[in-house]
Amino acid sequence: MNPNTASNAMLLKIFKQYGGIFLSLIILCVIFSVMNPRFMSVANFMNVLQQVAVIAIAAFGMTWVILLGEIDLSIGSIIAVAGMVGAQCFAFGMGFAPALVLTLLAGAFMGLINGVLTAKLLLPSFIVTVATMGIYRGLVSLPTNGAPAMIMDETWTAIGTESFLGLPIIIWIVVLLFIANQILLGKTTFGRRAYLTGGNREAALYSGIKVDRLKITIFMISGLMAAVSGVLLSSRLYSAQTNAGMSYELDAIAAAVLGGTSLAGGVGTMVGTLIGALIIGVMNNGMNMLSVPYFYQLIVKGLVILVAVWLDVRAKRARQ
Amino acid sequence: MAAPTADTILKITDISKTFGPVAALKNMHLDVRRGRVHTLLGENGAGKSTLMKILAGIYQPTEGSISFEGKPYHPANPQDAAAFGLTIVFQELSLCNNMTVAENILATREPATAGFINDRKLNGRAAEIVRELGLPISVEAKVGDLSIAQRQLVEIAKGLSIEAKIVILDEPTSSLSDSEAEILFEIIARLKKRGAAVIYISHRMEEIMRLSDDITVMRDGEYIATRERDDVTIDELISLMVGRKMEEIYPPRISAAPDMATAPILSVENFHRDDEFEEVSFEVRPGEILGFFGLIGSGRSEIMNALFGMRQAAGTVRLNGKPIVLDSPVKAIESGFGFVTENRKEEGLVLSHSVENNISMVALKDFASKLGFLRRRAERQAAVSEVARLAIKTGSLDTPAGALSGGNQQKIVLAKWLLTRPKVLILDEPTRGVDVGAKFEIYKIIRQLAAEGTAILLVSSELPEVLGMSDRIAVMHEGRLSGIAAGGDLNPEKIMALATGLTA
Repeated sequence: MNPNTASNAMLLKIFKQYGGIFLSLIILCVIFSVMNPRFMSVANFMNVLQQVAVIAIAAFGMTWVILLGEIDLSIGSIIAVAGMVGAQCFAFGMGFAPALVLTLLAGAFMGLINGVLTAKLLLPSFIVTVATMGIYRGLVSLPTNGAPAMIMDETWTAIGTESFLGLPIIIWIVVLLFIANQILLGKTTFGRRAYLTGGNREAALYSGIKVDRLKITIFMISGLMAAVSGVLLSSRLYSAQTNAGMSYELDAIAAAVLGGTSLAGGVGTMVGTLIGALIIGVMNNGMNMLSVPYFYQLIVKGLVILVAVWLDVRAKRARQ
Repeated sequence: MAAPTADTILKITDISKTFGPVAALKNMHLDVRRGRVHTLLGENGAGKSTLMKILAGIYQPTEGSISFEGKPYHPANPQDAAAFGLTIVFQELSLCNNMTVAENILATREPATAGFINDRKLNGRAAEIVRELGLPISVEAKVGDLSIAQRQLVEIAKGLSIEAKIVILDEPTSSLSDSEAEILFEIIARLKKRGAAVIYISHRMEEIMRLSDDITVMRDGEYIATRERDDVTIDELISLMVGRKMEEIYPPRISAAPDMATAPILSVENFHRDDEFEEVSFEVRPGEILGFFGLIGSGRSEIMNALFGMRQAAGTVRLNGKPIVLDSPVKAIESGFGFVTENRKEEGLVLSHSVENNISMVALKDFASKLGFLRRRAERQAAVSEVARLAIKTGSLDTPAGALSGGNQQKIVLAKWLLTRPKVLILDEPTRGVDVGAKFEIYKIIRQLAAEGTAILLVSSELPEVLGMSDRIAVMHEGRLSGIAAGGDLNPEKIMALATGLTA
């Protein structure tokens, strides 16, 4: 095969895989632009990207978990805990770097707990993370008795508010993490093993894949990504809120599933998840600009997810 | 082909079925007569399953007509087919594991009052069916607690719980031991006596020659020939089926049998695990094929799983004379074991993933840099060469493994282990659900591996296969090794005697 036809075949494959969802994204953008001319501007586009960042990063982590045939409902709570850990670090007079490291470690640790309970005690991840969702959410309020904690550290707040080389730092972070996750998933043995294990756990076990360790690591990735989301959110809000990231797990799941990740495991990509997150971000932003009341937004979002998943399932069936 | 007679209950004329551009059936015809067993014979992909699915109302034919007792028969769904009096027992188990035998047998037909199921009546009626069929199964047992063979019997009971005029049995004995198969054969004899027609699908020649009245051979979706059992030989059937003369069913060995004086590569002493197997001791030498025969439930697969580290067992295992502890598949693979398990769909393959990714699954580390980055070109090269070496028939390396035929799927499982160059390769029922042509090729691969010095543990419940391939045969009976046969003892009588515990 010469490189030209190879790259054409690749393009065709990419179009087949993402064509439908990418088209949906464009149609959404067109509709919102027609209804409100201010929607289609660079400034607003940047705005959407920044709003999407928190969900997109959490959704990268969620993609790993769903790919494995598991689910992580605790990430919304981890987002809040991460912000609070950061705020408390500063309250104890720490500098930016140690505060950031501790925050990210806290996220990975919470993921570790989810992973160990799921892999070693053989509890269903749905139940484990419903429980830890409550526990982590409760922990957020411990240091301040439920009050928000202000974050005054300038580096921390710069993450969510400043730009670098003309692009908001928050977007650089999304791009960086997208590439890192994409490489880990698509180009390494770790990613391949995640796909294989998600596709058939028994076969993976018999093939010498350390399934338990893989599962724990992936829950840690999910916790870590949620912690990054928590850092971004708290830096944009200049504070840690006890109800931060509430129900973000649902948006993250929706982004992954819209992007073609199969809840049965074994199928999914970071590209798809990124597009899925953009769709959710565009919907949120567009409806806000049209002043659609929040409860209508919920209904529309729910319907869009249903239709998207239905279209996806139908297309897959037709291909078979 | 026999002229239609008054006895004809089902007449299939010029049936074709196409899926997109692919023709699964071309102008198929078939006459099934009352009170007779009509066997359909053909390699995987010959169109048998498609034809059965049309009869069951799962598929609609693209062309052609079917008549049932002289009336046009075009079932829209399986309920429709059942209303006509046609029942089908599929080879894939379609039972709910968390429900009882009775609930499964009478599923959707539970005796109920105002929607409330009457458990006593349910169990009573199911027990009646099971007793009539002579099955050694309690109807109150959970299906998930039964062995695969017992589940197959439940499946048969479910199919026969309807008073049917035509019974289709799709590889019903593929997971039955001989004694359970006997129960099935008695059931078939009773069905015949009652005047029902049986359409039988099987790959087992001995069984086909024993049970059938008529045999129709199919190949590539087409009708080839129909013969009465008494007018045909196994060799003739096989050559009709594969369209070429099969010189032999088992390829001859390539090298001489290993010298018994050679040091064993694997020696197992007093291997035991509670409630599964006890006092199992054996040795195998490089290049030797050690058969493991026993009825289902005799503990063969359990021993292999323990050797592979999937479950813990006590005893001494030595590899090249050094004691090793096999407590995980990872350790077993690192020590040089490979394991082709008995259920390729559950434990062997990731069906939704590509042929290439399945082949590279175990040896993945060999196709990656130290940091874990995949070297896709090396991976592809290995897949290409394995596909060529094992003659795996696949559209491309990107085809999902699940889209391939049983024989080709099994070759993929073999390929993924061959890439690890195992010193000891465990093959558990390596040709189950595989057609004759692919079987022969798999046997050739096994011979080749043995010639290259791999020690092979060949577990099988098909006696001719174990006899045809093994240098020695370890025979299991109820969790114990009842003997290891070699030389002149390698004959069916001796092996069966050991397997049934007749020679203590």
